[in-house]
Amino acid sequence: MPQASPVLRLSHISKRFGPLLANDDISLDLHRGEVLALLGENGAGKSTLVNILFGHYIADGGSVEVDGVALPPGNPRAALAAGVGMVHQHFTLADNLSVLDNILIGTEPLWRWRQQRGAAQARIHDLATRFGLAVQPRARVGSLSVGERQRVEIVKALYRGARVLILDEPTAVLTPQEVESLFATLGQLIAEGLSVIFISHKLDEVLRVSHRVAVLRGGKLVAERDARATSKPELAELMVGRRVEMPTRVPTNGAQQAAAPAVASLDNVTVPSTAGRMGVSGLSLDLHAGEIVGIAGVSGNGQVALAELMSGTVAASAGRLTLRGQPLPAVARRWIDAGVARIPEDRHAEGAVGDLLVWENIIAEQLGNPAFVRAGVIRRASARRFASELAGRFDVRGGGIDVPTRTLSGGNMQKLILGRALSVRGQHTPLLVVASQPTWGLDIGAVAYVHRQLLDAAAAGAAVLLISEDLDELMALSDRIAVMHAGRLTPARATAAWTLGSLGLAMAGAHGGEATRTGVEVPHAA
Amino acid sequence: MRLEARTEVSRAALVMAPVGAIVVTLLICALLVAVAGAPVGRAYLVLLEGGFGSRFAWSETLTRATPLILTGLAVAVAFRTRLFNIGAEGQLYLGALAAVAVGGQVDGAAAPWAAALPSGVLFGLMVAAGMLAGALLLLLPAVLKLRLGVDEVVTTLLLNFIVLLGVSMMLDGPMKDPLAMGWPQSVALVPELELARLMERSRVHSGLLFAVALAVLVWAVNRFTVFGLQMRAVGANARAAAFAGMPVTRVTLLAAALSGALAGLAGVVEVAGRTSYLTLDMSPGYGYTGVVIAMLAGLHPVGVVASAVFVAGILVGADGMSRAVGVPNAIADVIVAVALLSMLVATMLARYRIRFDRMGKAA
Repeated sequence: MPQASPVLRLSHISKRFGPLLANDDISLDLHRGEVLALLGENGAGKSTLVNILFGHYIADGGSVEVDGVALPPGNPRAALAAGVGMVHQHFTLADNLSVLDNILIGTEPLWRWRQQRGAAQARIHDLATRFGLAVQPRARVGSLSVGERQRVEIVKALYRGARVLILDEPTAVLTPQEVESLFATLGQLIAEGLSVIFISHKLDEVLRVSHRVAVLRGGKLVAERDARATSKPELAELMVGRRVEMPTRVPTNGAQQAAAPAVASLDNVTVPSTAGRMGVSGLSLDLHAGEIVGIAGVSGNGQVALAELMSGTVAASAGRLTLRGQPLPAVARRWIDAGVARIPEDRHAEGAVGDLLVWENIIAEQLGNPAFVRAGVIRRASARRFASELAGRFDVRGGGIDVPTRTLSGGNMQKLILGRALSVRGQHTPLLVVASQPTWGLDIGAVAYVHRQLLDAAAAGAAVLLISEDLDELMALSDRIAVMHAGRLTPARATAAWTLGSLGLAMAGAHGGEATRTGVEVPHAA
Repeated sequence: MRLEARTEVSRAALVMAPVGAIVVTLLICALLVAVAGAPVGRAYLVLLEGGFGSRFAWSETLTRATPLILTGLAVAVAFRTRLFNIGAEGQLYLGALAAVAVGGQVDGAAAPWAAALPSGVLFGLMVAAGMLAGALLLLLPAVLKLRLGVDEVVTTLLLNFIVLLGVSMMLDGPMKDPLAMGWPQSVALVPELELARLMERSRVHSGLLFAVALAVLVWAVNRFTVFGLQMRAVGANARAAAFAGMPVTRVTLLAAALSGALAGLAGVVEVAGRTSYLTLDMSPGYGYTGVVIAMLAGLHPVGVVASAVFVAGILVGADGMSRAVGVPNAIADVIVAVALLSMLVATMLARYRIRFDRMGKAA
């Protein structure tokens, strides 16, 4: 597949942010008709590299050449003109415009009497059929699903004549079926001679779609491998720099736990939608001690509302929500005091206050605890002792307990939040653990750590509600899985009763579906 | 040219920011002094002497600094909780009005209801009334913000004018001193309620001790108490604070009450320590200057004392400068305003660095 002269050549790219060397002398070639995977953990320098390539950042050193011609640094327009197209992880489409307008934006002169809409539409149609990218030019982008928006982004790049396509974490938001269709499109793109840079941290995908894999770690290019000649464990080790053991568990069929009364119980619960956040309706679910219940779903289908509901930050407008048989008002303080460990989806916006010190965040949920507070005054000595003990136990690294929390890495911040949440009942296991996307953006080592903690909590008798978009994670940890779509929840079924295919169908909103017919009904499933 | 966030903000940078801002301010204002036709070096020397060069200069500067410390604290407390209180001016006047209402003379003596009270108790009532008035005045916009999302910058700022007109109405109406020869001014306080002088033959009064003690107290509350931790958490990230179970609404309202009370106290202290009666020109914008002082101090309560003394020195010294070298004393207001702008830029530069692109053009 690789040919003599590269389409794209990165030579000795370096970029420094203050003390952080984000890219350290990286050189890479991309050939015609090739998929090159850029693999690396968060903070390894992948995004910095492609942002330099596309002209968002200016490198401190090195050059980018397309077909042997150097690109001027810091100029996305020049990158576009040279045939480099980028599909960002967070799409850059205007919701209020049609697909056609979104594609045409910026391609036409401002002063022209008539847009060439007919011709444009024909070209879009041509691109769409050639590459298997079904798009409706007249549809409003705001009404499209995430998968459809991604197709629009790809068509937009192709419409501008992209010959090198950069896809930043393209599968993160897709259902398994949408991933398949994306991969089919990639096949057609390279068959027509385009080249693709595929950024990911999911090893299975990388091995499947790419020809070559470039692994970044700590800003350095640590390895380049032929995809056929490498393996998952090798890539994982290259990426992290050491061997990683992922904890696994044999899911129970739930019968044992079901015998016990439910720790938390949702009966026909409704939470209204707000601007930008879908609500949930008619939710019924029982959570038992010692089990992990996974909630699957494409983001934006009501998972946030469910997490808020179970964290005590939003109230149900209808239905009944009980904890150990008792209703509980939507006051965060009460939920914490009742022994609910809450791990929010967004660590920076909700999990911790970045400007407070690490030890202050660690005791933030315990300001009513007489061990740490007397007459409104914080007992610093005992609070700090508790904090450093917890930081040690949960392996929170990065400068001790007296640094501002925002200086911690994502993984360490998540360990802080996890540790704080899991110690809501002091030495006792929490009653209920509500974990929302607990491993989002974490490196493999931290993911393994979080998984181990959740499994330990369940083994010690906590009921665990795990809301995640990562199906591998759900399949690996959950006893039962329910799927959320458009604010509604399927019945929770034993993990073994689901396949990736049936989960994907349910995530896409197929009613009934495979799961119902082949699924093993769990006796207590609500 | 573009801005890049610094990955680490050094402590030294944060401490140096106000110093750098003041140096830049003096450089910029030197231009204005030069334009006004005065010798820059001599003008600044006179300014410095007028503010800090003698016992009298210090006494005047400290007198001026007293209300500024309190309004600076009021702003610092509110801003720290991300409640942008621009209404310290109004709170100050309402506090002063309340003080006069409680402690003012009726027919040359204490009001009939107060005559039997020991003067200590009456003094306490006067202070409490002033603080309460300021607190209530800021609670109104705080509630509007929490309930309806009304921008408190607008409401607190506009309330200043409403309060000032209200005070004007009172001073020309029910609370007008009948012996004031027609001037809009209130009756004087009962003499026992006036604050003691700290230095002989000067106007420095014990209000300064109140102000400094309160600065230390606010610092201690911030640092050592649950309420302080909650205020800082709510100000930095209200959503995360709420998630951790903190009563965000209550904390915001309490911080608003504290802020308003401090500004109200500034009014009480001015009346009881300096003027003994209330007029409409009692405060030359102490409430607004409090914003500058709080920003210069980086919202640090003890830093407020230092920056209030500095600003007061400039305001006092500018009078001397205008007499000696003929620069209009409006230069003092210019210096204070430029200091605020420089401080905002300095704070930004402590957190971001400016990068110049090699190509000389941004995308």
